[in-house]
Amino acid sequence: MSDQLSNAAKPRFRDTPFGVFLSRYLDSKVATLAFVVLVVIIVLAIIAPWITPQNPYDLAQVDVLDARMAPGEEAFAGYTFWLGSDGAGRDLYSAMLYGLRISLMVGVLSGLIAMVIGTAVGLTAAYAGGRVETLIMRLVDLQLSFPAILIALMLVAALGKGVDKIIVALVAVQWAYYARTVRGTALSERSKEYVEAARNLGLSPRRILFGQIMPNCLSPLIVVATIQTAHAIALEATLSFLGIGLPQTEPSLGILISNGFEYMLSGKYWISIFPGVALLLTVFCINLVGDQLRDVLNPRLAK
Amino acid sequence: MLAFLIRRIGQSAVVVLLMATIVFFGVNLVGDPVHMLVSPEADQAEIARVIQQFGLDRPIVEQYWLFLKGAVQGNLGTSFIFGQPAVGLILERLPATMELAVCALVLAVFFGIPLGVYSGIKPKSRVSQVIMAASIFGFSLPTFWVGIMLIMFFSVQLQLLPSTGRGEVGSFLGIDSSLFTLDGLKHIILPATNLALLKMSMVIRLSRAGTREVMQQDYIKFARAKGLSFGRIVWAHLLKNIMIPVITVLGLEFGSLIAFSVVTESIFAWPGMGKLLIDSVLQLDRPVIVAYLMIVVFLFVAINLVVDVIYSLLDPRVSLTGAKS
Repeated sequence: MSDQLSNAAKPRFRDTPFGVFLSRYLDSKVATLAFVVLVVIIVLAIIAPWITPQNPYDLAQVDVLDARMAPGEEAFAGYTFWLGSDGAGRDLYSAMLYGLRISLMVGVLSGLIAMVIGTAVGLTAAYAGGRVETLIMRLVDLQLSFPAILIALMLVAALGKGVDKIIVALVAVQWAYYARTVRGTALSERSKEYVEAARNLGLSPRRILFGQIMPNCLSPLIVVATIQTAHAIALEATLSFLGIGLPQTEPSLGILISNGFEYMLSGKYWISIFPGVALLLTVFCINLVGDQLRDVLNPRLAK
Repeated sequence: MLAFLIRRIGQSAVVVLLMATIVFFGVNLVGDPVHMLVSPEADQAEIARVIQQFGLDRPIVEQYWLFLKGAVQGNLGTSFIFGQPAVGLILERLPATMELAVCALVLAVFFGIPLGVYSGIKPKSRVSQVIMAASIFGFSLPTFWVGIMLIMFFSVQLQLLPSTGRGEVGSFLGIDSSLFTLDGLKHIILPATNLALLKMSMVIRLSRAGTREVMQQDYIKFARAKGLSFGRIVWAHLLKNIMIPVITVLGLEFGSLIAFSVVTESIFAWPGMGKLLIDSVLQLDRPVIVAYLMIVVFLFVAINLVVDVIYSLLDPRVSLTGAKS
């Protein structure tokens, strides 16, 4: 009892908005585990050059004599292929972490660009209203009525291969989701009292839009961003697997899986499986984190 | 009803025209097909002949006009690689893709709805939790990865089912399909399952959400109070009401099944139009790419139209006259 009284003066961490958010997020053990795994994956991808025995794309370090080694066999250079080696003699553990880097980079970068574009477009639509809004939202609806993979295929068919082109295609696929979310939230925020108050204070519409409304659109935006990044990573892997995504010189996880596919029918499962597991784990964890964020950040579900 | 139909058809035509424009300029403004068509040793005369033959020397606007004119007549150019009309090439492969997509849809509905309704009626049971966890997996797993796994378990490890091709094609009532032969059926199981899983998760989630909502409605309570059997309540009151969103989404998703069949067909070497698209992209066969995209856009818009009409027939609250609400 006395403990509670003494604490009443200063707000405890768990009563701050972030503390409430954190404790509600940690309610779910699965989501917490997913977040931890995700952080580990990202850290591994970032520090890949320092924790792998070889740089799989430095030809001087790769020996064709080491091709298609089973997991656990020893390389010519002395280290062990813990996850085996692929058709060109690359250590799969190294190739996987390097691939993870490229996959994550492409997914996150395209997600960020799409978020900026989509937010700007969505806010513009909500702010402008009238014809401009109708036109923008018609365009968004039109694009969302086609499946993402079809739009991506169309763009890749037109643009060709390359990291930059894939990012362009992924941005084009994703921006509409952000635009729709932001516009919807901005519209519902616009009619709230604090916006009315800001307007009465004589703030410029632009300042109301970016200073007042935008910060309040953040929570749905974060949720969409998480889910969309997972989608982007999976989509890039799919396109790369089909041979129309990233070039062989920048092997993402999709390309590694695709390279291993031909060996799988002869029982050399590891070339496809390990990069595949890395891809799945990444996408799955991001989705779980996104799901939990949606539950925590949704004001309708707040008690 | 007629006014509604005319208005919707008009809108659809505008969408098709818009997409045609985007597709044409997108594909034509990138890359030089001349390099593709002639061998590196060809002399100037040979190059000029090819350019003339394919009309590549005309201004882009004129090419666009010719493209639109041809599209209306069902002529979208001749494949650079096959030397056959592109539309014909794709329509030849359409039945195989349709067969796959329809089988996947049927699988998704027949397994998805019962599982979803069950987990909606008993949301706390262990079985429901397993169903829901599985449906999250179905959402997260990329289609191509599931395909690889299916091949690995059922074709490589267990050697139960074939992993490539369409198998023997039988003919029944003038329709050729691999569904009519045992060999063909064996060949379609894996690809159809692969394609169905994503949609199945969606159907499970939709029918679960619908079930949970409908089961709390007054008319269900009333039906219970009336003493109707549980089976009758589920059959007559629940299913009817959850079908509306499920059918809408499934109708729209049928188009995405066709789009996703690109992935499945590539993995299982299914001779459909999706595989043709990937081959054409890799070989820069522009007319086939354009024709594929146009046919898929057309299919899409047609599907949306049909779904809209079915939707309005199923749900009496949707006004057909298009009166402003």
